[in-house]
Amino acid sequence: MAEVEETLKRIQSQKGVQGIIIVNSEGIPVKTTLDNSSTVHYAGLIHQLVMKARSTVRDIDPQNDLTFLRVRSKKNEIMIAPDKDYFLIVIQNPSD
Amino acid sequence: MPPKKPKSAKGSAGGKKKGKNEPPPEEKPDHPEDILPMVLTSVTQELFDCRADEDVTAESPYKLLQTEDIIQDIKTRAGVSDFSPVKQIVLDYPDDEILLVYDRAFTYGQLFYLVLTPEAKDRILNPPEPEETQGESEWEVCRTPESKEWISLGSELEIEEESVKETREKLLYKFSRVRRELGKPVSFSDRNTADAKDGNLGFASYEDSRFSIKLMQRDCGTQAVSRLQSSSVQTQWKFPWNKSTQYAPRELSEEERKDILQSESLKNFCNLVTPRVLQALQQEEIMNVFRDDWMALGNGPEAGDWSGKDSKGLMLHQAFTDHKYTKDRKISSINWHPTIDGVIAVALTVEKEQNSEELTTSDIRPSFIVFFCFSDPSHPQLLLESPGDILAFKICPSDPNIIVGGCMNGQVVLWDISAHVTYLQRPPPSGKKDSLELDDNAENVIPTVRPCAMSTLENSHKGRITDVKWLPATFEVTRTGEPVENKQKMSVQVVTCSPDRTIMFWDVRVPKTVSQSASDSSTVDQTEMTPYTVLDTFKHLGRTWRPLLRISLLKISTKGEYTPLKFNFEPYTCDGNTDEADEKDDRSEILQYSQLTVPSADALTALPDVNTKLYIGTEDGEIVYTDWRLEKDDSGQVHFPKPLHCFRAHYCMVNTIQRSPFFKDIILTAGGFNFAIWKEGVIEGPIILSPNTEQVCTVGCWSLSRPAVFFIGKDDGSIEVWNLLEQSSEPVEAYLHVTNAKITCITPWISSPKQHFLAVTDELGMVRILEIPKKFFVPGRTERSNVRKYFEQDKKRLLDYLQCEEMCKKEKKESEKLKKKTEPVKPVPTLQEIDDMELKEYRDCLTLEENILKGMGLWTAPPEIDDI
Repeated sequence: MAEVEETLKRIQSQKGVQGIIIVNSEGIPVKTTLDNSSTVHYAGLIHQLVMKARSTVRDIDPQNDLTFLRVRSKKNEIMIAPDKDYFLIVIQNPSD
Repeated sequence: MPPKKPKSAKGSAGGKKKGKNEPPPEEKPDHPEDILPMVLTSVTQELFDCRADEDVTAESPYKLLQTEDIIQDIKTRAGVSDFSPVKQIVLDYPDDEILLVYDRAFTYGQLFYLVLTPEAKDRILNPPEPEETQGESEWEVCRTPESKEWISLGSELEIEEESVKETREKLLYKFSRVRRELGKPVSFSDRNTADAKDGNLGFASYEDSRFSIKLMQRDCGTQAVSRLQSSSVQTQWKFPWNKSTQYAPRELSEEERKDILQSESLKNFCNLVTPRVLQALQQEEIMNVFRDDWMALGNGPEAGDWSGKDSKGLMLHQAFTDHKYTKDRKISSINWHPTIDGVIAVALTVEKEQNSEELTTSDIRPSFIVFFCFSDPSHPQLLLESPGDILAFKICPSDPNIIVGGCMNGQVVLWDISAHVTYLQRPPPSGKKDSLELDDNAENVIPTVRPCAMSTLENSHKGRITDVKWLPATFEVTRTGEPVENKQKMSVQVVTCSPDRTIMFWDVRVPKTVSQSASDSSTVDQTEMTPYTVLDTFKHLGRTWRPLLRISLLKISTKGEYTPLKFNFEPYTCDGNTDEADEKDDRSEILQYSQLTVPSADALTALPDVNTKLYIGTEDGEIVYTDWRLEKDDSGQVHFPKPLHCFRAHYCMVNTIQRSPFFKDIILTAGGFNFAIWKEGVIEGPIILSPNTEQVCTVGCWSLSRPAVFFIGKDDGSIEVWNLLEQSSEPVEAYLHVTNAKITCITPWISSPKQHFLAVTDELGMVRILEIPKKFFVPGRTERSNVRKYFEQDKKRLLDYLQCEEMCKKEKKESEKLKKKTEPVKPVPTLQEIDDMELKEYRDCLTLEENILKGMGLWTAPPEIDDI
């Protein structure tokens, strides 16, 4: 648990980070730094996106797998690092 | 007589329910229960008188037999009797007579049949109704109806009318051939009717005028159609899909969460994923990969659609002047009408060389504020009359028909132009036409509006009013200067300043009846009719309109007071703390000023966050920052506030203080030979101070659309355009000789997104409307934030600079002290000693000269020299 906390702290300390969410493979948030409603919102939507992206990548080349997904929007950037069981969502406000 | 149909009787007999059932099919092989087919021998037949075809026939097949006889017969002949099988039935038979039917057609298989029950007997003998009636009618005496005498009821007339009768005999035409041709073959041919003349004779129908038939009644067929028809359709629901779903997100319970957080897999995951994420975050921080440098390079107007025909300079759009009213008069103030497009109001003063004190006595000629409309540049549309020259005036922001102006003699004047607004709105077509025809008649009388209210001379300023402003509709001020909320949401208070060293707050509403006698005078004046239509808007102010609050500006360090020329306060925008209901109520109808009363100060809630500080520009070029609230002493005495700080930025009179329309705390001041930009809150001085220029800066104003651009007007009639982001030490563009005389006012105006105007007025009474070229009014994309940053930088620079200065001073002092301490005590030669030294040198010179001359043999003894 302490390791997880430490990781989160390291990420949180980066400039512009607005929030971090850890979601399990079903899309249920496990740990978050945002409020509940936003967390649930993000988790639900991003889970679907990650599944889609992953299936896309694997469909093109079955040996391949998704390692990172970055969604850049006008106001912020959402970074998603997927894994087998969990994935990590970080929302960052870009510096400019 | 039609033959009976035993089948139907049978059917009814067999049905057992009379008349209810459908008659069974005709051919019924079995016999019904109460009928028994029998064979009767001829002996029996003779005995009972029912011999076939003799006693009983097809026509009358019924024979009633006495039961006694049958019983007798059975007894006598026992087994031989034909009736032996029915012995029991006959014995049981209740009636005396039993029916025997001769069945010639063998319907039941035998020649005779016996009807076993009396009911059936009755049924057969007396068959049900249709047969019965028929039977009755058969048995009744048939009589042909007697023919009655025909009584005419009028129907024969109708019949006669309707009937078709021959009016004449039938015409008979007999065609026969000539006798000699009889018998010869005939050939017939066809001929078209049109071939021969008069081949056909047409009888066209025409309307005979002799009589006309009016169709009284016409039969036509109608069909009723149902108004409402309901029908239904069944569709096939091929693909069921959810119309709406309601869901709640799944959440993990605390236990599960804890478990997961402690699990090994999560740790591994974190370790695995963190480097990637950190790398991505850092990438993001370093640089924005999506930034389009090319697009960002273009700074607004160049990047946009820049057609070649963009004007390079300030194009003259229109010029207004009027012989009678504006010529050779100095324009002191100019305002655009906030709602009506293309209307400007100009205040004129007579250019006088003397001081202001002499003016009040001599000049009685009325002065005007002139309204010009774009459509008619040479004739003013409306004139506002005033008792003295107006130096400053403003249009009320909440009601553009109310105008307040400050006079040369210190009075504050109010006008209401609601009745004359139509003159401003409609373009004058007649004016132009008339000028072509007759000049004399075209002298349309320009409507003049006299002031609605004026402050009394003793209550006004003692000197000329140089600046007037309306307080915004968001707050108002009480007698002590405390800002309170403004329930009416209209601008009701006016602030004026004058070089008599005071600032006054005026309220345009009906004052409280307790303190003022204004209400009394207002009731008296109701019947009075003024010559020009002056509205009663401000009648309540009557003759005793006095200021609400008077502030005199004490100097900070020295004795005396500041002489304000211009002032500026922060426009307060409401937070939205007020009730929604209030806002709605007050906006539904614009309240008349005459109905507004000054509420008691206690009833209103104080607004603590209103910035009550004023920036004041004085005659000496100082910028003073002060609070207008009256301060309370320890002893409870109320007195004027001391200014917070003062800075001498300009050489002489300050003529402009204007807040930037984009930033609440940035103020531009102009006066003397330079201008300055201040940031509210920075008390050390202006954050930007321009270098001194050759010409006097007479007026400055911010651009309405670009945060970094402002315009400075000069003494020689030129306008400088400054852009803070491009160059801060010199103007970006200088338009020389825009006017021929000193520029007195510049006001920008946005009439449409493509057209921005700058109204420039000068000393000679000309108002020029210039069109601002696109590059000066189209803001850059990030201009606002850039400008803000620039100001921040400047502020920092200023603070740093001041700090540096401080430090330098300190250092200098310290170094001097050190220097004094460390240098050796050198005997400084006194004055006497210096003299002695010089004398000695002189003496040495002389002896040298003596020696040389002696050597040359030219020495002559000099006269005795006295010691100096």
